[in-house]
Amino acid sequence: MTNILLIAFTISLIYLGVANRLSSYLTTLVFQGIILFGVAFIELIEINWLNLTFVLLETIAFKTIAVPYFLNYIIKKNKITRDTEPFLPDIVSVILITSIILGSFLISNSVNDSGLRKIFFVVAISALFTGLYIIISRKKIITHIMGYMVMENGVFILSIAVGNKMPMLVNAGIILDIFVSVLVLGMFVNKIGNTFEEMDVDNLMNLKD
Amino acid sequence: MLVYYLILSFLIGAITLLNRNRTISIILLALFLTLQTGLTVYGYLHLSQEDSGYFTFDATGIIFLCVLTILSYTTIWHSYKYLQYRKDDERIQSMYFAALIGLILSMSCAYLASHIAVMWAFIEATTLCVAVLIYHERTNLALEATWKYIFICSVGIAMAFVGIIFLSKAIQEAGSVNLSFSAISHNIKYVNVFWLKYAFLFMVVGFSTKMGLFPMHTICVDAHTVAPPPISAFISTTLMNVGFVAIFRTYSLMAHTAIQPWMNQILLWSGLLSIFISAVYLLKVNHFKRMNAYSSLEHMGLAAIGLACGGIGYFAAIFHLILHSFVKASAFYQIDQVHRTYHTYIISKTGNYFNKNITGALVMLLVFISITAFPPSGMFITEIWIFKSLFASSNFLVLILVLLFLAMIIYSLGRNFFGLLFNQVKDTPEIKVKIHPSETISQYVLLLLVIYLGLNPPEEMIRLIQEAVKNL
Repeated sequence: MTNILLIAFTISLIYLGVANRLSSYLTTLVFQGIILFGVAFIELIEINWLNLTFVLLETIAFKTIAVPYFLNYIIKKNKITRDTEPFLPDIVSVILITSIILGSFLISNSVNDSGLRKIFFVVAISALFTGLYIIISRKKIITHIMGYMVMENGVFILSIAVGNKMPMLVNAGIILDIFVSVLVLGMFVNKIGNTFEEMDVDNLMNLKD
Repeated sequence: MLVYYLILSFLIGAITLLNRNRTISIILLALFLTLQTGLTVYGYLHLSQEDSGYFTFDATGIIFLCVLTILSYTTIWHSYKYLQYRKDDERIQSMYFAALIGLILSMSCAYLASHIAVMWAFIEATTLCVAVLIYHERTNLALEATWKYIFICSVGIAMAFVGIIFLSKAIQEAGSVNLSFSAISHNIKYVNVFWLKYAFLFMVVGFSTKMGLFPMHTICVDAHTVAPPPISAFISTTLMNVGFVAIFRTYSLMAHTAIQPWMNQILLWSGLLSIFISAVYLLKVNHFKRMNAYSSLEHMGLAAIGLACGGIGYFAAIFHLILHSFVKASAFYQIDQVHRTYHTYIISKTGNYFNKNITGALVMLLVFISITAFPPSGMFITEIWIFKSLFASSNFLVLILVLLFLAMIIYSLGRNFFGLLFNQVKDTPEIKVKIHPSETISQYVLLLLVIYLGLNPPEEMIRLIQEAVKNL
């Protein structure tokens, strides 16, 4: 079951390469949140129930509902156009994301480690680098945040892989997630949106030598 | 002790945030400084003892904690002067001081943490506090720099977290679930080298957002440009030391495994590229704070190279950072006065500083001598040691390149500093508020300290640094 969920997660990464609208990105984030809920539930069922509730609440309430809702609110409030405005054509994005996934496969195959569950490793690393790729290849600031969320999902999957024995790390990851999201989103709502009319990276080019 | 320190300074910070009265705010800051000094003295007296479960007063932590405590006094004093000059309203001032207290608090805890996840969490906390301070002037540029700083630091922190997860994966296979530094170094001999390599790579990239090393140096430079000068002094010194401590602790953990040559290569190239970038950008820089930011990049590169070469290099790297902290802090305090004199940070619009503010001009001259490591500056000795370690580890090509880049850096810094001091410019603005010479005392003290430490380093300090590097 975990495998199916994780494969679905990987497919959603490729979908991000072709998706052209901000709303599709939001849907993908919601979808990924639900998948993470399932994976966390199956994998972490052995840890104590208080901790488990915390983790599950984070995936469902925070990743699936609160963050996409907030992002949607920002898009509406600042009247951001719905196009994601990539710098590169879609086909290149798909090829690059696929090669990221392929690369993580190759890396994980080079590991000589019987204790490793390769699928977690592959999916997590792919999500991490796909998130980074989205950050550098899209023009709008809000897509940067979405890319960061994808990265965070990757980190979360990785922490679940070791979370059975070290629940503390999962919690630390969650705190990172909540902390950064609140900070970044809060700042976005209050400041950036009011200061810059067109919210894309061209506004962030004034600091230079 | 540390728990009480945490609770008390948190309380002081919270009251500062709510308080609007100037006298009470001064009392609170004095209280906090007393507490900070108390922690440092207590830590020094209880060297290498554990405290509150997740902290240890070890030599590395204590050295940098001392530097932080000394600079806290000067930074708070200069912040006070800076805010007095700017006449911000009281709400913003309270926010500034509360964030400053939070920053000092989280840096102290990051130095002393003995558990890798705790250290990581406090490093994350420094991002939050320093973001408030960078945004202090509330201009569009400040917003841009703050946004970049938060965003890229978050990416870096996430990277470092991935590194920690890899490390924990490796440790788990060795049959341990304890992530404190002592337990990790105990178990690290039995783990899979593959995980260690990736853990180190991710952690170096992540923590270099704080240290300002090559792959992630840009945000530090941008943050310097807009932050208030006393805060730039902190970002450039103690906050970079936080990044160094994190990388240094990771390095010392993995130092006796098979990946040591590989780690040395990474640090060596990262350091060399940092110095290269700083040399190139310094040639065309025209902004005082950016100039000093690039100069910090160079010194961090030197420290990384010292760490990579081993031998005397370990000792030199830590010593170099201590001295660099004092010099760079005084440079930024003085830049605040330059800004008050000319109302600009652009180098080409300034000049003839000797006639405007003689005490400040002398500080600038001393800063130039110290930062470019001419004798009698203590950095002369540490740089010689770093070159010696490069020579001893047979990295001749790197040594030649570093010397070449340093020559370029000295040329550019000299051009800009002497331009400020001696250029004859017309129509500079009138000075509204005369800068009192007493405001430069702190800078003289710090710069003389650098010379003194270089000529006659106290026995105690040498013992501490040797203690810090003894496991390498």
